[in-house]
Amino acid sequence: MEKKHVFDDPRNVKRLLKIFFSSVVILLILDGFYIVLSKTHVIHSHMNYQWEGFWGFYAFYGFVACVILVLVSKYILRPLVKREEDYYDK
Amino acid sequence: MTNSILPALIFMIGGFLIPFFKGRAKSVYMMLIPVVGFINLINIPLGDHFLVNFSDFKLVLLHIDRLSLLFGYIYHIIALITVIYILNFKNDVEYVAGFFYAGAALGAVLAGDLFSFFIFWEMLTIGSVMLIWARKTKSSQAAGLRYLLVHAFGGLVLLAGIVLHYTETGSLEMLKLTLSGPGSYLIFLGIGINCAWPVLHPWLTDAYPEATIGGTVFLSAFTTKTAVYALARLFPGTELLIWIGVAMAAFPIFYAVIENDLRRVLAYSLINQVGFMVVGIGIGTELAINGACAHAFNDILFKGLLFMSMGAVMYRTGKINATDLGGLYKSMPWTALFCCVGAASISAFPLFSGFVSKSMVMEAAASGSHLLGQKSYVVVWLVLLFASAGVFHHAGIKIPFFAFFGHDAGHRVKEAPLNMLIAMGIAAFLCIFIGTYPKPLYDLLPFAVDYHPYTISHVLSQTELLFFSALAFALLLLSGIYPAEMRALNVDADWIYRKSGKALYNAFDTVLNPLNAWCDRVVRGTASRTAYFFKDAGAKISLFVAVNIWLLAGHRDKWLEIKKKKLYNDIMQGTLPAGIGAAVTITFILLVYVLI
Repeated sequence: MEKKHVFDDPRNVKRLLKIFFSSVVILLILDGFYIVLSKTHVIHSHMNYQWEGFWGFYAFYGFVACVILVLVSKYILRPLVKREEDYYDK
Repeated sequence: MTNSILPALIFMIGGFLIPFFKGRAKSVYMMLIPVVGFINLINIPLGDHFLVNFSDFKLVLLHIDRLSLLFGYIYHIIALITVIYILNFKNDVEYVAGFFYAGAALGAVLAGDLFSFFIFWEMLTIGSVMLIWARKTKSSQAAGLRYLLVHAFGGLVLLAGIVLHYTETGSLEMLKLTLSGPGSYLIFLGIGINCAWPVLHPWLTDAYPEATIGGTVFLSAFTTKTAVYALARLFPGTELLIWIGVAMAAFPIFYAVIENDLRRVLAYSLINQVGFMVVGIGIGTELAINGACAHAFNDILFKGLLFMSMGAVMYRTGKINATDLGGLYKSMPWTALFCCVGAASISAFPLFSGFVSKSMVMEAAASGSHLLGQKSYVVVWLVLLFASAGVFHHAGIKIPFFAFFGHDAGHRVKEAPLNMLIAMGIAAFLCIFIGTYPKPLYDLLPFAVDYHPYTISHVLSQTELLFFSALAFALLLLSGIYPAEMRALNVDADWIYRKSGKALYNAFDTVLNPLNAWCDRVVRGTASRTAYFFKDAGAKISLFVAVNIWLLAGHRDKWLEIKKKKLYNDIMQGTLPAGIGAAVTITFILLVYVLI
């Protein structure tokens, strides 16, 4: 009988996902706090662009960027460039 | 400056002596080379050394300033780490080639004039090709040859540029150039080939994954970074570089998402990271150049670390395709951990090295966009942010996930050998050390640093960006949209010379060979027909003339046939009366004369 490893137990995977999803939510909440505090000048915020001050800008950008990245790669790039593994040897 | 040695020579000569050592002494000796080299380097004062007069040229073999020193330091560090990593391979070719290659890179970044720079630049090609060929597989032989051809061409372009530049200006100094005139453009392009600019890049993604396990670690450190150094030295603030860099940062991440060979995924992400450096050099402000150099320094470490971890996986399992791997955290936990450190560093997680350097380039782009007439820098910044999210996606998550987690491929192997773990451990330590305490690195940069990476807004925004990229990955994977890894090959710009070369061959084959055969038939046919004709030409012409005369004279039928036969035989046998023979000859000559 092989040794059981951490992620062999589906409960651990679920636990990890739960931690991850809650940290995502916590980050958004923190971002809200940060915007309020910087608007009231409690902390100094260094911003180059106005949109950096929108709530969840980086979260939104990161998420959308990756979804676009995957969709473009899968549905546009792959059909264009995919060949058999021995394509160049033929 | 009398008791120091040319740093490149320590590596090269030291490398050639490796085969004379045996067993443990060999390992110790190999590790000593970079250490001795480093001690030698830090004792050389700033300025020009090893001045050589070569016919009319004044060559400066060693030029030490802050920029060259930074690259000199990191080259020694990564050489030591890589040597420790490859100790268990017992392959002298790899050792000698590795040191020769590292020495050439050192020579190039420390060279004080364009000519000696070029010499070391060419040696770089030789060393790297040996590292690819040392794998000794059929595909590595082919990839190595393609690599050699591309770099030989790149070297010629660079040489042509240097020669033209010298005839224009009469100077070989390694000083800032502006893009004007063919000389500077050719130098620019020659460096660009080694820097893996888009369309010129496929030598990298083609050959690096074909090299030996240790060879790829060597390769990932030197060629492109030497090109980055050369751009920072010769072309800082060249605006064209910004757009080249943006393209470099953006396009490889799409390829990386669908690539199956994990070392090739890393090769694509190498181009992506070099893109950030090239953008920094193109912006050209002190902050941007600092950022580019700091990122080159960090990239050598974390990219080396990632290649080392994939190499260890390959060493133990014999597989490198994502389709064949998974679940390795069970049998190779330390390698998995070090890989995650490298992944976090390349993704620029707070507390890891990428965070303190990539952000300098981003900041330089953002502050540049507020200058008058530089509104387009906003696009640069947005694309770089996209690339930052993308690099986390493919290098930060995909590499560790498909190799060490994900679907368990059932490999039950031993943990990587101790020397490999030590090498990865040192690299991982440096990644975290620089990430948490960037001051020593900042002190080494070419310009004084007034930049603080750890502000609340920066930490928060970067963490947000990365976590939501991870969220996208998790959701796409759970929903089954994430593209499954496939055993397939993705064509890239190398198609131009790999497939179209073949197509050209086929085209020639189908067009020229039939043409050749046709010509052959025509020539042979004409020749044989001519030979046939001239065999009895005299007789035929005589017959032609004689028959007409006989017809006029009223000879017919049988009598005519007999006369024809007699004449033909007489001519062919030479029994014709001399007078008639002369007449026929003259007729023949006249006929030829009229026809011609």
